[in-house]
Amino acid sequence: MVPEVMNELWRCLSQSAFLNSQPVQTALIVGACAALVSAIIGVFTVLRGNAFAGHALADVSSAGGAASFLLGISPLLGFLGMAWIAALGMEWLGVRKARERDLATGIVLGAGLGLSALFLYLDVTTTSTTGAAVSVMFGSLFAVSRELIWPAIGASLAVFVLVALLYRPWILTAVDPDLATLRGISPRWMGLLQLLALGLAVAVCALAIGAVLATALLIGPAGAAIRLSRRVAQALILAVVIGLTSVWAGIWLAYESYYWFSGHAWPVSFFVVVLVFLFYVFAMLLAARTRARTNVTYPTMREREN
Amino acid sequence: MKSINPILSVADLSVDLGGRSILREVSFDLYPGQLCALIGENGAGKTTLLRTLLGLIKQRAGHALIDGAPARENRALVGYVPQKITFDPDLPLRTRDLVQLGVDGHRLGLPLFSSKKKTAVARALAAVGGEEFADQRVGELSGGQQQRAVIAHALVREPRLLILDEPLANLDFGSANALVALLGKLTHEQQIAVLVTAHDMNPLLPEMDRLVYLVDGRAATGSVAEVVQAEVLSKLYGYPVSVLTHGGRILVLPDAPENADVANMNRCSGHGA
Repeated sequence: MVPEVMNELWRCLSQSAFLNSQPVQTALIVGACAALVSAIIGVFTVLRGNAFAGHALADVSSAGGAASFLLGISPLLGFLGMAWIAALGMEWLGVRKARERDLATGIVLGAGLGLSALFLYLDVTTTSTTGAAVSVMFGSLFAVSRELIWPAIGASLAVFVLVALLYRPWILTAVDPDLATLRGISPRWMGLLQLLALGLAVAVCALAIGAVLATALLIGPAGAAIRLSRRVAQALILAVVIGLTSVWAGIWLAYESYYWFSGHAWPVSFFVVVLVFLFYVFAMLLAARTRARTNVTYPTMREREN
Repeated sequence: MKSINPILSVADLSVDLGGRSILREVSFDLYPGQLCALIGENGAGKTTLLRTLLGLIKQRAGHALIDGAPARENRALVGYVPQKITFDPDLPLRTRDLVQLGVDGHRLGLPLFSSKKKTAVARALAAVGGEEFADQRVGELSGGQQQRAVIAHALVREPRLLILDEPLANLDFGSANALVALLGKLTHEQQIAVLVTAHDMNPLLPEMDRLVYLVDGRAATGSVAEVVQAEVLSKLYGYPVSVLTHGGRILVLPDAPENADVANMNRCSGHGA
């Protein structure tokens, strides 16, 4: 019985036009990489209170993406190069206090977007299309070249290795930098390594859903998961589930939207971002409900004691 | 029970920061089973002294030895509870996990399950009476509970010297008294040395064995009876002060200037001296 159902399911899947389309396959794989790395590094970014830096790195990486079109290099390298330059810039400008960190981040963000404006202008004037600008800023997952699958997987693996290696020191540093220092951990190095890992995640994300929208995938699933979790490991798993669901469902919806709007499919990035947003709102409501419930039970327990 | 060697030995310690002299020739010893209060106002040099003891700042002269070796080398013997950690209410970390980070937070790689670690965590939680909130998120705890959670985090490695920076700030009277009683219990039951900084020595009096009284980088040290004397403190402050005691509480006040109209002041405030 069960094998028959599985066979039937497999036959359906292997014959589905959706899964047999090469752009869809590429989108599913690169999208999965983006969802996984952004969910995982996103949790640590949110824990460190560094969401703004994540947003800034993603935006600034658009300058790299735009430059890669001019130079004819891989967009992944472009995004990554610019994200890392921005990460080092933020670190160099000083990050002793949260306020200074925001200031340094904002300044790097401004400078990076200025470069982005120039490169995108040059892209448009040399190629006389706006395609490059849209795909750098907002992504076009169905148009990602098949050759980028392995680089995207490689960048993701590098992030996984860094996270697995620095899992506990990163958590301790996020809890309190002084406690970390006393255990021989340098919060400054942890911060820098985290920014470099964030740069890798941003590059994969920007490739998938665009530099501007990468923030959504980076912060959304992580933020939602953290509200619902009692442990870091739990938050990581939940963020991965939310991210992966949003990306894969977004790809499917975009594919199907071709039929809804008589041949004008809506962008994948739009669907992904909408799904992430809905997950986040749902998590907020759920967390608020749980909290309200515990607040109600506390006094009654105390009353019982008295 | 005093062991022969002090766990902490500070001698003629002087520290400069940014060209300014912050600590001047501070000396005191601390033995296992003793609770020492480090009292001083803001800017007196309390935090600088702690950071030097933790090996985070280098001294200009003198030395601070932990179990006979420079602080930097014997850091593993020290448990530290920093001043007021604010936990984000959304931080996905249970009290149990925070304590566990005390065991292996510095290790590389993913955490593996170990029953030995679990026992150590349970023991540290029991020592601070934290079993009841072990599975709550640290951000959801009350101020006193958070303080105890961080103490368990510091205790789990079985330090021989426990240093707490302003643990009583931001606590109500009830929680402060409970925390002082807990520190006294830890000092005596585990035979560790405890060093606590505070603005006000009064909440600590019931459990305090030693006192380091810091004024502008200079210290008077000894037992409470030895230090809290008008003569000793006047010399330390550089101007005459009086020590008032009332109901087991101590108040150190600068003397009124000689030309002050004391009689008039008394009439205004409505009670005689």
